Amino acid sequence: MRFVDEYRDPDAAARYAQALHRITTRRWTLMEICGGQTHAIMKFGVDELLPPQVTLVHGPGCPVCVTPLELVEKALEIAARPGVVFCSFGDMLRVPGRERDLRSVKAAGGDVRIVYSPLDALLLARKHPDREVVFFAVGFETTAPANAMAVHQAARAGVANFSILVSHVLVPPAMEAILSSPANRVQGFLAAGHVCTVMGYTEYEPLARKHRVPIVVTGFEPLDILQGVFMCVRQLEEGRAEVENQYARAVRREGNAAAQRLVAEVFRVVPRKWRGVGDIPQSGLALSERYRDFDAELRFGVADLVADEPAECISGLILQGLETPHGCGAFGTRCTPERPLGATMVSNEGACAAYYRYRRVRLERDPAGSSVRGA
Amino acid sequence: MGPDRGPAGVCGFSCPIPIGQYPHVLLAHGGGGQLTHQLIEQLFLPAFGTPALGARHDGARIAIGGAQLAFTTDSYVVRPLFFPGGDIGSLAVNGTVNDLAMCGARPLYLSAGFILEEGLAMETLRRVVTSMQAAAAAAGVALVTGDTKVVDRGKGDGLYVNTAGVGVVEHGLLVAPASVRPGDVVLLSGDIGRHGMAIMAAREGLEFESAIESDCAPLAAPALALVEAGVQVHCLRDLTRGGLGSALVEIAQVAGLHVRIDETALPVRDDVRGACEILGFDPLYVANEGRFVAFMPAADEYRAREVLRGHAVSAGAIRIGQVTATPAGLVTLKSRIGATRVVDMLSGEQLPRIC
Repeated sequence: MRFVDEYRDPDAAARYAQALHRITTRRWTLMEICGGQTHAIMKFGVDELLPPQVTLVHGPGCPVCVTPLELVEKALEIAARPGVVFCSFGDMLRVPGRERDLRSVKAAGGDVRIVYSPLDALLLARKHPDREVVFFAVGFETTAPANAMAVHQAARAGVANFSILVSHVLVPPAMEAILSSPANRVQGFLAAGHVCTVMGYTEYEPLARKHRVPIVVTGFEPLDILQGVFMCVRQLEEGRAEVENQYARAVRREGNAAAQRLVAEVFRVVPRKWRGVGDIPQSGLALSERYRDFDAELRFGVADLVADEPAECISGLILQGLETPHGCGAFGTRCTPERPLGATMVSNEGACAAYYRYRRVRLERDPAGSSVRGA
Repeated sequence: MGPDRGPAGVCGFSCPIPIGQYPHVLLAHGGGGQLTHQLIEQLFLPAFGTPALGARHDGARIAIGGAQLAFTTDSYVVRPLFFPGGDIGSLAVNGTVNDLAMCGARPLYLSAGFILEEGLAMETLRRVVTSMQAAAAAAGVALVTGDTKVVDRGKGDGLYVNTAGVGVVEHGLLVAPASVRPGDVVLLSGDIGRHGMAIMAAREGLEFESAIESDCAPLAAPALALVEAGVQVHCLRDLTRGGLGSALVEIAQVAGLHVRIDETALPVRDDVRGACEILGFDPLYVANEGRFVAFMPAADEYRAREVLRGHAVSAGAIRIGQVTATPAGLVTLKSRIGATRVVDMLSGEQLPRIC
């Protein structure tokens, strides 16, 4: 299949792995930001091809995982109300609140629907003017333009029964938080390719300079990731700290200007709580003043709801790359995809779920398992 | 249930709500993954547990008089009722025929129960019945008994069908997960993922360049041909809900053995792969209705492949893996780039990802 097979070619993968082995002389710890990359690394076993000196730690780039518990509770609260059609991307349905998830709300009579685009939710709102249609707007910069477009269109067409519950987060402030932490051990980043298709990568340049870290904008196929790791290690070995673009087939330095304009019009940058991590300044999006009528938190009066996370869950440490799933006492026992304690076990893109699905058992032919755990 | 089981036995569930923490049934309990598994393990088996049910196969093997019979039942609630490559009628016949065939039985008789919603177009029902008639003729089974119920408008989804089936086992082989042995090879009868993606595309109105057609088909002919050709068939399993991945995990767990498969050997059509890539689905877990895996000693592999390739429905049969003793109860996969990973059972239905 074109645009897929060429990036999964085993011979090319072996050649990249060899080249990487050749240039690696020291121990390096890299973080892949995006959960989609974590998933691909586990699914294809990319980490098994890395030299033992290179450790990949998994970043906070799964939007489902970092959605704070209280936003999940707000979603559950709104979805359970009569007259509401609550629309969400599929993987938010299994994210546990304190006692239930969206699937349980649906089973108990709530009208919860999976949609593939926020524009589908808007369509539902137009079809059912007597119902309140709410879209759970979760995601990084990647999904922000489509969500902004839905609100923009709703405003233009005067669709008053449509609103969104916003849980948007931004990547650069999270990287800043990780790099500023005294416990930080990340020496280089694979930046999330799809975030950069929208935003470009100019905002990473000051980060690379300030913290002396190489940042490589990286795609999601096994060869993309191997090449991203190669470029990042090459910079580290040569003592450089620049922003490079591995994912040039999709990403331009300036990003998508039209999408950025729309996002800037509909949203404003606000402090945001990240599940397991805590508050990060200027790290999220909320609806701008002009579009506040479409804010589901205000419309349903749930803005003040607060919730604490389960004490046993260490997803915060995992999201910051300070701990791995195998380092958690609850992993695979009290915490499984059927009964997740924290969101990193829920989403396909969550590090714990990826480990559970692909690495639950130490296989004999799995020498690189230790390199993932290592450092 | 035996006559000695009084009301106390019937009510002897160990816990009123044994299913995780869910006080209501979720859609995922019917998804064929971990939650379905839990429902069976924690509710149905303790209540109804018999040796035949405990064998955890597609149907039960029972002896009546001198005859070895296979007995199975399945309900069909597919939406939409008509989809590219099939409809609820052909699905209801083939699904039950295939469950019998996977027990190594020759399917003979089927029952059909219809639950109809008030207001259903008579023409729709007629089309479904005609389709069932054609599917039964193609599979060589007779529909010998049935039932009809009508529920109030709004209380059903147009039409549900239940079929049960009886078949006869005409050989001495025990075709079941427990018969799988280290060294067995795993043959797959053809490309995977078509039925699930055909339904998905039809249900969600996803448009691709060409319609993906369901693989819905009867599998008794190739399955029985294996036995008749003298292949020492250890286990057969059709890859319905939960797909190839869940089927293999279930077999590995029941057999207490390790199944290793090779990702590059798995045939998936480009249109199905493309649709899966777009939706974030793994073809390993997508449903099929005309595909099965067969386990047999390595010495029989060549003959088995030749037999399967002689039938149109299994013409694409290939070897996808082999059984070893350890790590017990696990399925592992050699990935496209040569690394190894665990193949897990899905925890619920596959959900489309955010990005």
